[in-house]
Amino acid sequence: MTAKPTPLYQTHIKYGGRMVEFGGWLLPVQYTGIKEEHYAVRKRAGLFDVSHMGEVAVQGPDALRFLQHLVTNNVGKLVNQQVLYTPMCYLDGGTVDDLLVYKKEDNKYLLVINAANIEKDCRWIKENAIGFDVICENISDQVAQLALQGPLAETILARLTTAPLAELNYYWFWPEIEVAGKKVLLSRTGYTGEAGFELYCQPEEAASLWDDIMTSGAEDGILPTGLGCRDTLRFEAGLPLYGHELSEVISPIEAGLGIFVKFDKGDFNGRQSLYKAKSEGPARKIVGFEMVERGVARAEYPVLLEGRRIGVVTTGSYAPSLDKNLGLALIEAEYANVGQQVDIQVRGKNVAAQIISKPFYRREGK
Amino acid sequence: MNTVEGLKYTKNHEWVRVENNIATIGVTDFAQSQLGDVVFVELPEEGQSIHAGDSFSVIESVKAVSDVYAPVSGSIAKVNQELADQPDLVNQQPYDAGWIVTVELTDSHELDELMEAKEYERFVSEGGH
Repeated sequence: MTAKPTPLYQTHIKYGGRMVEFGGWLLPVQYTGIKEEHYAVRKRAGLFDVSHMGEVAVQGPDALRFLQHLVTNNVGKLVNQQVLYTPMCYLDGGTVDDLLVYKKEDNKYLLVINAANIEKDCRWIKENAIGFDVICENISDQVAQLALQGPLAETILARLTTAPLAELNYYWFWPEIEVAGKKVLLSRTGYTGEAGFELYCQPEEAASLWDDIMTSGAEDGILPTGLGCRDTLRFEAGLPLYGHELSEVISPIEAGLGIFVKFDKGDFNGRQSLYKAKSEGPARKIVGFEMVERGVARAEYPVLLEGRRIGVVTTGSYAPSLDKNLGLALIEAEYANVGQQVDIQVRGKNVAAQIISKPFYRREGK
Repeated sequence: MNTVEGLKYTKNHEWVRVENNIATIGVTDFAQSQLGDVVFVELPEEGQSIHAGDSFSVIESVKAVSDVYAPVSGSIAKVNQELADQPDLVNQQPYDAGWIVTVELTDSHELDELMEAKEYERFVSEGGH
């Protein structure tokens, strides 16, 4: 399969993006440099192309009942224009994907899923929809998505819209407002641990919207930001990345996402397995760690205790905001305690590390 | 892309500067720009012998882990300890403060196999990476 360009491909070239393949898409890993872009988002603002994300429209009289069966969080508590983060599990508790559910109106929802999982998810969603009066449609190709993230995101966006942005709370959205003369769905959501917005628009208007936001943000020091810093930002904020902290063999309970699994909402896929894991305690847990000796941990490196393998690194990186080499790892639960000393096997050598609390970074304010 | 006249270059994007049978080795400006922000350099031990073509150091950027291959054979005279605290010297001054090791050459004829600055520039511009 050849990687697909997003509607912003030419824009990335124009802005000097270094293009790489990710989840079947051609996207910029960086423009000026991962660290510089990372700091821009933490201190000012960054603009990401996240058009690779998938969107599935779910509607019909059984939409709520279907979604309650499909995902682990409680979609029933959503009111119109509210967003919910939720895992979606197999019967054995393994994770199909993690996603956002946007409630547009009664019987009408939008799911936002991970790019690399679009085909798999759509298959799974359709299989599960059998017997429900509901229509699920993959509309990914009809939607482009930008993420404007950082403490100055609201200031920058306010110059382009008359909508009262201050009234839009975290994890709420407006289904249709005008930004720079273009109709967008705007939500106060993101994947960076910073304040910010995500804008869903027509693919043909994405490039123009991008330029308008970059122009508005020029005086605030906005930077175009790539996948590289998207990963370091989400990693510092302790946000899971599917395929790393969550997977077909890592359940949300193991990932520490138990608060997004609501056992009191009725039956759902994976309920029995997840309930068992929750009540007995999972055998493995995702933990944060800091390198004590010099070295950078990377995904897949073994985690050792006195020479015995007790787990594996799920994400490891230099963390620019903390200026430290940190990691997330899935390890045997009995060692998942802050202060526990472990070794990370780096190219055959044991390098000392220590379990620390996560998230590594938490923003101040709203 | 920046190169320096008088240095020798490899297809793996290392450079060598030779003075009195001592070779100083680093990675090129092109290499550092491709790697991005360097956050860690795994350094070999002084006195260790290295063989042309073998990996003797690892450079890690935020996203990439990359081997550094010995352009020449010999025994490592010095390693650049500054890189332990300031790995980004590799980005900032790849041909100066960002050097990685010096090596006492065992066979100076190996240098003949390496490229001159102009030749290396051509190699890179033709997509040699």
